[in-house]
Amino acid sequence: MRDVCIAGIGQIAVGEHWDRSLRDMAVDAVVSALNDAQVERPQMLFVGNMLSGQLSLQENLGALVADYAGLRGIEAFKIEAACASAAAALRLAYLAVAGGMCDVAVACGVEKMTESRSDRVTTALATAADAVYEAEQGVSFVALNALLMQRYMHQYGYRREDFGGFAVNAHANAAGNPWAMFQRPITPEQFATARLIAAPISLLDSAGIGDGAAAVVVMPADLAGQPPRKPVRIRASASATDAVALHDRRDPLVLDAAALSAGRAYAEAGVGPQDVDLFELHDAFTIMSALSIEACGLAPRGHGVGLAKEGAIALHAAHPMSTMGGLKARGHPVGATGLYQVVEACLQLRGEAGVNQIKGASLAMTQNIGGSGANVFTHILERCW
Amino acid sequence: MSSSSHWRTRRQRLALVGEQCPHCQAMLFPPRDICPSCHGPAKEPYHYGGVGSVYSFSEVYTAPDAYEHYAPYVVALVQLEEGPLLTAQLTDVEPEDVYVGMPVEMVTRRLRAEGPEGLISYGYKFRPVPERVAAH
Ligand SMILES: [Zn+2]
Repeated sequence: MRDVCIAGIGQIAVGEHWDRSLRDMAVDAVVSALNDAQVERPQMLFVGNMLSGQLSLQENLGALVADYAGLRGIEAFKIEAACASAAAALRLAYLAVAGGMCDVAVACGVEKMTESRSDRVTTALATAADAVYEAEQGVSFVALNALLMQRYMHQYGYRREDFGGFAVNAHANAAGNPWAMFQRPITPEQFATARLIAAPISLLDSAGIGDGAAAVVVMPADLAGQPPRKPVRIRASASATDAVALHDRRDPLVLDAAALSAGRAYAEAGVGPQDVDLFELHDAFTIMSALSIEACGLAPRGHGVGLAKEGAIALHAAHPMSTMGGLKARGHPVGATGLYQVVEACLQLRGEAGVNQIKGASLAMTQNIGGSGANVFTHILERCW
Repeated sequence: MSSSSHWRTRRQRLALVGEQCPHCQAMLFPPRDICPSCHGPAKEPYHYGGVGSVYSFSEVYTAPDAYEHYAPYVVALVQLEEGPLLTAQLTDVEPEDVYVGMPVEMVTRRLRAEGPEGLISYGYKFRPVPERVAAH
């Protein structure tokens, strides 16, 4: 296997893009990433996306995005792993380059969500769950996370307000991210009184959905390292699966796939959780943050929420998380979100994170969770220039 | 769900038929062909008694298509007394009366209807076990 770098990054602001289609957004991100890497033509394109078939009646995204990006003729694929589709696309681009199958691959994530009726989006998101034994029972994707949060509160003795630190931190950081959808802080009081959407989950526990696209160019280290690029080395790329349905898990409050993929990533990189300078975690819901933190070994079982309560995840604290706003406040275009995480980690490692810059950041981790914990991708990235 | 899909899953949805692994005795619901515990073939039907307790619950206010006019409703992870967890709605109960550990039993109810002319989907829901609620 060859050492692999991210040679270029591209993203568009997350938001309600009435003026831009699915393909327009994907092309914007891909072209930005290629320009950043100063590469004209990749050999392979991996497009992460979850909902285009349901919400835009458009599949065959690999060929469509390749064509509209001016890349007709290259190999291209659509990759789906629910909310982890984009990190899955990066994982495959990594495998293609590390394995020597190509020298330049692009991973892109794209999602168009805001032009569909909200009940259609709710129905579409529920396809990440088990169609027969979860969705058919009337359980929305939010409700699955609510079942986890309720049980967590019961089992470990927390209140709703205890989860507020995750959302407050994310919004504070999004205020410094020009690509974020919600560039404004919120207070713990606003969190405590927010409207419930599936008890005990409120609007402010949940990442806001949006339209967006992000992309990276993946190259072997020996080709990516030539100036004036600022390559970021992929020290580890790992993934793992668990049962799709919550009720089929060994223990619903333990994200086994997150623990497995993080464990594989730590082993591959030869680092531990304490070596990571920043963590872009999958904060689609505050409960997912807590469970992801525990699965990654940053807190013992039942103590993930404590990190947010103690302010340990702020930009200049011990474990900075959601440093550009996270899914919560940057916005969550589901099939693109995993590459936003990676692009944001690269901005930090390249020293280009603006007012949110973490000084001396050299090692970053991203974790992208598909479904309620069924397919989890962990990447560890390192500054190498 | 299509009518053939309803027909295929009728035993599990209407009679709570799962499986018991003949190799490692793992109790499985819903049924599946390969035991997740020992990876052996698991095709021995097992009729669950339909009694269990609430493992976790939520009240849904924003429902998917076709469930909207039932909202708000309570969904739960129910732990059957034989062991497995399953996902189901609770019925015949006020949301504020639900608690983790509440004893419940299976009933067959309408899950949704696909318009006035369409297929009506029936399946399991769970309701409080009356005498034990009184004792609570
Ligand atoms: Zn078995």
